[in-house]
Amino acid sequence: MIAHAIFFYTFSIIAVVSAIMVTASKNTVHSVFFLILDFISISCLFIMIGAEFLGMIMLIVYVGAVAVLFLFVVMMLNVAQQKNQWFAGQATSKHIPVGLIISTLIFFEILIVIGGWKYKPEIFNINNSLANTSVSNTHSLGQILYTDYIHVFQISGMILLVAMVGAIVLTFRQRSGLKRQSYIKQISRERAEGVEVLEVQSNKGVKIDD
Amino acid sequence: MIDIGLGHYLTLGAVIFSIGVIGIFLNRKNIIVILMSIELILLAVNINLVAFSIYLGDLAGQVFTLFILTVAAAEAAIGLAIIVVYFRNSGTIRVEEIDKLKG
Repeated sequence: MIAHAIFFYTFSIIAVVSAIMVTASKNTVHSVFFLILDFISISCLFIMIGAEFLGMIMLIVYVGAVAVLFLFVVMMLNVAQQKNQWFAGQATSKHIPVGLIISTLIFFEILIVIGGWKYKPEIFNINNSLANTSVSNTHSLGQILYTDYIHVFQISGMILLVAMVGAIVLTFRQRSGLKRQSYIKQISRERAEGVEVLEVQSNKGVKIDD
Repeated sequence: MIDIGLGHYLTLGAVIFSIGVIGIFLNRKNIIVILMSIELILLAVNINLVAFSIYLGDLAGQVFTLFILTVAAAEAAIGLAIIVVYFRNSGTIRVEEIDKLKG
């Protein structure tokens, strides 16, 4: 129990501080690194609380793919030099109190909801996908993901496909002036336009490309 | 304090959610940081879902966390593609210079 508390406070303090640093960091590359740290500590929390599969998936998907994508775009757009200074400037100063008020309001609203939370006693009876404690987390997740939630699972696959096609279509650029292979010209070439049979007379030769 | 319960995880989710909202409001320079704040908000939602799922013994929360993860990855890919195209067209992704819609 005390180990649970120690690990929870360690990882959640790291997560909160790195989330603040994502917002407040002046350099965008540093923001991406703090985002990675945030995801890593939250996935440690997930693994510790018993959702091992989601913790590992968070590591793979967020740290391995999304954060690297962010880093790649930040490097490619060369915005690391544009300092991310939201304290300075006249135009920015009027947004700071509004943002602080709204987000503290949201925070206290959520806290009120959490503080007033009481379980109804029958909530333990209405859930229909109870965790099977005899097998591992990954096993039991797979058992309901591929049976009860198979349609939602396939729809999420379609969402990923649409996102991939959309990202490619958005960033695809047809450059002019490139020499490319044209398959249709290659296969539609006939023998008559490529080969010619000539009677070659001796000591005369053949004139090519006249 | 020592006994970690559901409320601790929900509070952590609330804190990270609020930091994400602050990030959207306060960041007026770089639109990539706004996308990262949206990722933080989705992360807070994931924390809430996983905490409820564990403490109620119901796996549906973890399944939906998986779907949120999918949608967040798709959203990041599309958003970054839009940012790349915008940068290519207009040469800047500063928030205060993006005013084509006169908002």
